Amino acid sequence: MSSQPRVILDSKSFGITINRLCCQLIENHNDFKQSAIIGLQPRGILLAQRIHKLITEKTGNKNIPYGNLDITFYRDDFRRGDPLIPKSTQMDFIIEDKKVILIDDVLFTGRTIRAGLDAMLAFGRPQLVELLVLVDRRYSRHLPIMPNYVGITVDSISTEKVAVEWKEADGGDKVLLLKK
Amino acid sequence: MTKLSVQHLLGIKYITKDDIDLIFSTADNFKEVINRPIKKVPSLRDITIANLFFENSTRTRLSFELAERRLSADVVNFTASASSVTKGETLIDTVNNILAMKVDIVVMRHPKPGAAYFLSKHVKAKIVNAGDGAHEHPTQGLLDAFSIREKLGRLKGVKVAVIGDILHSRVAISNIYCLKKLGAEVMVCGPTTLIPKYISGLNVKVEHSMIKALEWCDVANMLRIQLERQEINYFPSLREYIMMYGLNKQILDSLNKEIVIMHPGPINRGVEITSDVADSKHSVILQQVENGVAIRMAVLYLLAS
Repeated sequence: MSSQPRVILDSKSFGITINRLCCQLIENHNDFKQSAIIGLQPRGILLAQRIHKLITEKTGNKNIPYGNLDITFYRDDFRRGDPLIPKSTQMDFIIEDKKVILIDDVLFTGRTIRAGLDAMLAFGRPQLVELLVLVDRRYSRHLPIMPNYVGITVDSISTEKVAVEWKEADGGDKVLLLKK
Repeated sequence: MTKLSVQHLLGIKYITKDDIDLIFSTADNFKEVINRPIKKVPSLRDITIANLFFENSTRTRLSFELAERRLSADVVNFTASASSVTKGETLIDTVNNILAMKVDIVVMRHPKPGAAYFLSKHVKAKIVNAGDGAHEHPTQGLLDAFSIREKLGRLKGVKVAVIGDILHSRVAISNIYCLKKLGAEVMVCGPTTLIPKYISGLNVKVEHSMIKALEWCDVANMLRIQLERQEINYFPSLREYIMMYGLNKQILDSLNKEIVIMHPGPINRGVEITSDVADSKHSVILQQVENGVAIRMAVLYLLAS
């Protein structure tokens, strides 16, 4: 039985957090001339698109490369459960020698990011890769993966689930903690 | 829908429209993969696939092998002429010997219709039919429909004419089943001797004039004369066949519309189709080949899931 989901980041704080993440990115990447933003399917792309838009506004650089990456074929749980159906990948730029910012909504076990790194390396050799997540579920890692930019840190147990809702898809921006 | 409704791919007649849609959307993703710098994905790295070709093939065999290797599967190839089949080993024995070496999927092309179905009932592996006699060639049917969908954006209501030696063609049968399931209209066209007697029972139009077929259709799928399957003479001479059923540029230009030209290959240039038509901008023959790898990757990925 699941009880009421708890809002751990409301709409106003959501906006402030994303703004702060963008400022942090600009601190490190300046004008983004050698950088690129890649969002992981399916749920990282809304965050990646919002950040890409905000950074374009703040820096005035209209040519920051952006890509959607689907990692289904690189997952390590293929043939171990329900069939996995891929979403689309769109990478219209050359990744070679770029500083890549990989973006996902929630960092939990780290397996998705591991798959994302493998999927990305199929496109070339980036100069460096940084990880940006909205929610870091600390102490839940199955692999040694660490985020460079974090929106909020959540200490949760394995029977809980963190869900991110978006204005574009779900009617409002918020982060929820649900009991499974 | 996330799973195929079948364990094997034996024929289009056994799969549903939902299965075909799932294969197409998965193939869209694989088409993107085969255009990347690194064209490999690790999904099938724990799977071994045996290619059993009891009949000659260039295209299908290469296409399956490429699809398998791009999915990182281990591949073993078997050619009947260079094997113990020549010493009289039976089909089931051949396959069971291969399966004893822990092969998960068998891709088979065999001259007898129903061979793939027979195999699926007797051995413990997933079977993909790469062509069984004049019965079905399901991956070709799928890639042909996929290519039309790519070129025209849709399949529902599209008029497709399959022209040539229908009688001996497993490509024609698979095309008919696949296109009908997806809502297209199908016409077969060829000399009366090369059209099976009860084909209209599959709900297709039958036409003997190629010009009329071309005027009706949006897409023309030209089939090869299968000289290696013809025990008797089905037409008086090759020259007469070319005069009545060979497609050339003048005929194409005389229609007052643009049609899409397809051919499963290999092309007999100058017989069913001339070079200027095969190499024209209306032809999707090479895209068919590219799509073939993507479709086969999708089929293998979904069967292995």
